[in-house]
Amino acid sequence: MKGDHHMILRVIAKCLIPLIVIYAFYVQFHGEVGAGGAFQAGVVLAVALILNALVFGLTATMRAVPPWFTRSLSAVGVMVYAGVGVWAMLKGGHYLEYQALFGEGPGGHDGQHAGIIIIEVGVLFAVSGALTTIFYALAGRVAEIRDEDW
Amino acid sequence: MTDAVLGGTGTALINILLLAILFVVAIAIARLRSLFAIVMLSGVYSLVSAAWYILVDAVDVGFTEAAVGAGMSTAVLLGAMLLTARTAKPEKPFSRIGPFIVCAAAGIMLLYATIDLPPLGDPASPANSGVGLTYLQVNWYDTGVPNVVTSVLASYRSFDTLGETAVVFTAGLAVVLLLGFGERSLADTLRRAPKSETLPGTVRKDGDGT
Repeated sequence: MKGDHHMILRVIAKCLIPLIVIYAFYVQFHGEVGAGGAFQAGVVLAVALILNALVFGLTATMRAVPPWFTRSLSAVGVMVYAGVGVWAMLKGGHYLEYQALFGEGPGGHDGQHAGIIIIEVGVLFAVSGALTTIFYALAGRVAEIRDEDW
Repeated sequence: MTDAVLGGTGTALINILLLAILFVVAIAIARLRSLFAIVMLSGVYSLVSAAWYILVDAVDVGFTEAAVGAGMSTAVLLGAMLLTARTAKPEKPFSRIGPFIVCAAAGIMLLYATIDLPPLGDPASPANSGVGLTYLQVNWYDTGVPNVVTSVLASYRSFDTLGETAVVFTAGLAVVLLLGFGERSLADTLRRAPKSETLPGTVRKDGDGT
């Protein structure tokens, strides 16, 4: 059967990809307390998809995560980030002034935490969506990686 | 350089080892002609430099280098490599004299510039004594975020980060405008070879997208 000579690669990738995705979310939600943040999490998430595309084929990956979804995700991410700024302005503060989100005085931290978490979600969407879109655009021009390329 | 920062002889040896690996990999990349090997070695280069960044306590930079340099750009270069020939053309023997002189001159100038750099971890260096120290002092009262890197990036300088996010989005947009979405290959693959590329375990609908 075609594809059997990559069986070890496929089995290991199948085990690794969920772990990579979980690690991306770990990095995402521990950005406030540890190394890394939404940029790194977005890249790791995109790399999980790309590994899937390299091992299981671009067509299968595009069917699971369609290109229209990744490019919309990227735009939505930038809108989420910019929307936090507009939210702060609607509450009477400056653009992206997190203190104003819940109308707190100096020393109040709820707005800071909420603002940072929301903009990091926006960055995650924008980065992972944009990088996956770039990969689709590049890899979509050739059919597949042929066996003699490895 | 102070031993407290560099951690003594062992860390210095690891430093030398990592930088030696970087040097060897760089020489190998410059001498190789096979593009696949070059792409893979540039991933190795990024991974080793990420390890070195961790060693000099630049954890966030090392993480980014490992994710972007070793992961993402290797995959993107792999995709770009598939669009062209697999090996670079052989070059004439003395065609690289000019670039070599430029590189050597730039390297000598960089080495000369390092004389003025403050030692690693120097508390009196401009980066640690100016606005960096202020952030460390006021961060906890202002934001309550334990990681100062995050609070500087996401709170104090969130305009910068908004700009960076927009740059990433614009980069994706530019690539799409130049190359297209890549969806045509999906339709083509489905039309041309509906059976041959089916993987074991994947359910597919024939004629989809044609």
